[in-house]
Amino acid sequence: MKSLETSLRELRATGRKALVPYFVAGATSDWVRHVEAAVLAGADAVEIGIPFSDPMLDGVVIQNASLRALELGTTIDSIATDLSSIATSVPLIAMTYYNLLYHYGLERVAGKLRECGVVGAIVPDLTVEEAGEWRAAADASDVATIFLVAPSTPPERVALVTSASEGFCYASSRMAVTGSATDSVDVTRVVKRVRDCSDLPTYVGIGISTPQQARAAVNVSDGVIVGSALVRVIHEGGGAREIEQFIGSFRNALDAAGGES
Amino acid sequence: MSDAPDYMSSPDVLGHFGEFGGRFVPEALMPACLELEVAFRDAWSDQTFIDEYQRVLREFAGRPTPITPLPRISAALGIRLFAKREDLAHTGSHKINNVVGQTLLTKRMGKQRVIAETGAGQHGVATATAAARFGMACTVFMGEVDTERQSLNVFRMELLGAKVVPVTSGSRTLKDAVNEAMREWVTCVDDTHYCIGSVMGPHPFPLMVREFQSIIGTESAFQLNELGVACPDLVVACVGGGSNAAGVFAGFANTTARLIGVEAAGGSAVGKGSPGVLHGMKSYLIQDEFGQIEEASSISAGLDYPGIGPEHAHLAKSGRAEYVAIGDDEVLDALKVLSELEGIIPALETAHAVAWILKEAGRSIPSGATVLLNLSGRGDKDVAQVREILRGTA
Repeated sequence: MKSLETSLRELRATGRKALVPYFVAGATSDWVRHVEAAVLAGADAVEIGIPFSDPMLDGVVIQNASLRALELGTTIDSIATDLSSIATSVPLIAMTYYNLLYHYGLERVAGKLRECGVVGAIVPDLTVEEAGEWRAAADASDVATIFLVAPSTPPERVALVTSASEGFCYASSRMAVTGSATDSVDVTRVVKRVRDCSDLPTYVGIGISTPQQARAAVNVSDGVIVGSALVRVIHEGGGAREIEQFIGSFRNALDAAGGES
Repeated sequence: MSDAPDYMSSPDVLGHFGEFGGRFVPEALMPACLELEVAFRDAWSDQTFIDEYQRVLREFAGRPTPITPLPRISAALGIRLFAKREDLAHTGSHKINNVVGQTLLTKRMGKQRVIAETGAGQHGVATATAAARFGMACTVFMGEVDTERQSLNVFRMELLGAKVVPVTSGSRTLKDAVNEAMREWVTCVDDTHYCIGSVMGPHPFPLMVREFQSIIGTESAFQLNELGVACPDLVVACVGGGSNAAGVFAGFANTTARLIGVEAAGGSAVGKGSPGVLHGMKSYLIQDEFGQIEEASSISAGLDYPGIGPEHAHLAKSGRAEYVAIGDDEVLDALKVLSELEGIIPALETAHAVAWILKEAGRSIPSGATVLLNLSGRGDKDVAQVREILRGTA
């Protein structure tokens, strides 16, 4: 079992619901301090978004943050350098599009990411069918590969996707790109489909923008991923203090929910 | 020879043409891609569907398009040049062949709505046309920059009852229109088909669009035969994503004809690109040293795309087809030559293929060679732009 999965299974065993914030790496010059603030406020793992020019699964908030990061010269190497100064022990998970990994060289990039503390990767345009070469490279460096299950994923494909996924399984709350949701949806069905096939920790993302939604999601799942809502706080000028407040409100909601179950 | 290579046959079961192609999409879209593959294979082996597709192309789209010998250019260049007249198809280009196929398939799958991306507007207009004909809702995503450059085509689509959505993300051109159409498709995949306009995207699109365009090559081979040409020495087509080229190449892939794809110098994915993954496929892409996709730049909006269809990448790598590039300045001269000598104003895209023939006749095209040009589109849409450039006001 890879390091990430060991950590996340241990976390679940304690009864704590996982809070996983997402940051666009390099969107501001002090983004690493933002990550540290989130961990201080109760994040259990952190998604590090590596900005890509053509983010197909991302809505306008993350598109714009990615564009800013690219304008600031953000690259995989610059992110690795930034992360070398990070003072945190929670698992870091890269989230990016396949072309950046492919272009860097799969073995090289897996090694590079692992060196700076990244123990997992979410690559939303990499399907299970196409993931063979990446998996081999990631395996060699103890980087877990996390796959997504969508509400449209039929049960037989859920079995395929969850059996390929490592660390946790990412359940998308809705048929949408990131950051586009305003309403609340019931995630019971998609989470149940995952649970029926797998005992991996299951985290819900895409469409979690408020502590209330997070609380509802962890009533049936093991954690939540909060992306665009947090990226928006930073875009609006929020610094470490605002991030701590924002993450803290989610932490409280999850702890309250965890206490109920 | 039974063990001779069979070019342009089916990709492998996962949609790979050699090392290219495949499916690189969000998991949310995988069921739709799988459903589409099944629906397409089922339809394409059903004579009733094929008859309907051919009937619509005949009655509505003006097929078969003729082959026109081009005697004055032939005499000037010392070759025998023939043009396959896709410019005479309804809506002014080959794009209609593909949208008729995909729209009929959409109906067959029980979906009520199509969405499409468009650059210059040709594919958008064709999709809006087919949607109107078959009574479907249609939304077209178009980069904001292109909606300004091609405002008349926006109006055409609206006249046809389509909704045009200006795309303001990224470079606000064709590649961003594709991203936005994909994002939209995630939200409405149950009742909506994404009618991709070229031989690109995730499997089965590159195969399916090639098949719907292969009528160009099939007709051409038959018509040339009737003109006494058993097999041309060269088949030349312009390439952006590469659907008109794939269509005409399909008729000659297993002959001795040289296949030439002509890219825009500023959008030359084979010439300047490297392998990568974008818009659901692995292919050659124009990208920077870090793997960020770069913007293509061409006088012709239809070739303004940083990638190329994966089967073309494979044909290039295997050497079966050759891909060359033509710069903006050569394109205008070619447009004028075809207009003045043969009475045909070609689209700027098509003019790239003409320019290569003008340049290479007597060089890599031997004297006396028989050449088939796929005249993929007419130039009406470009006339205002060409006038501005020729008058030096652009």
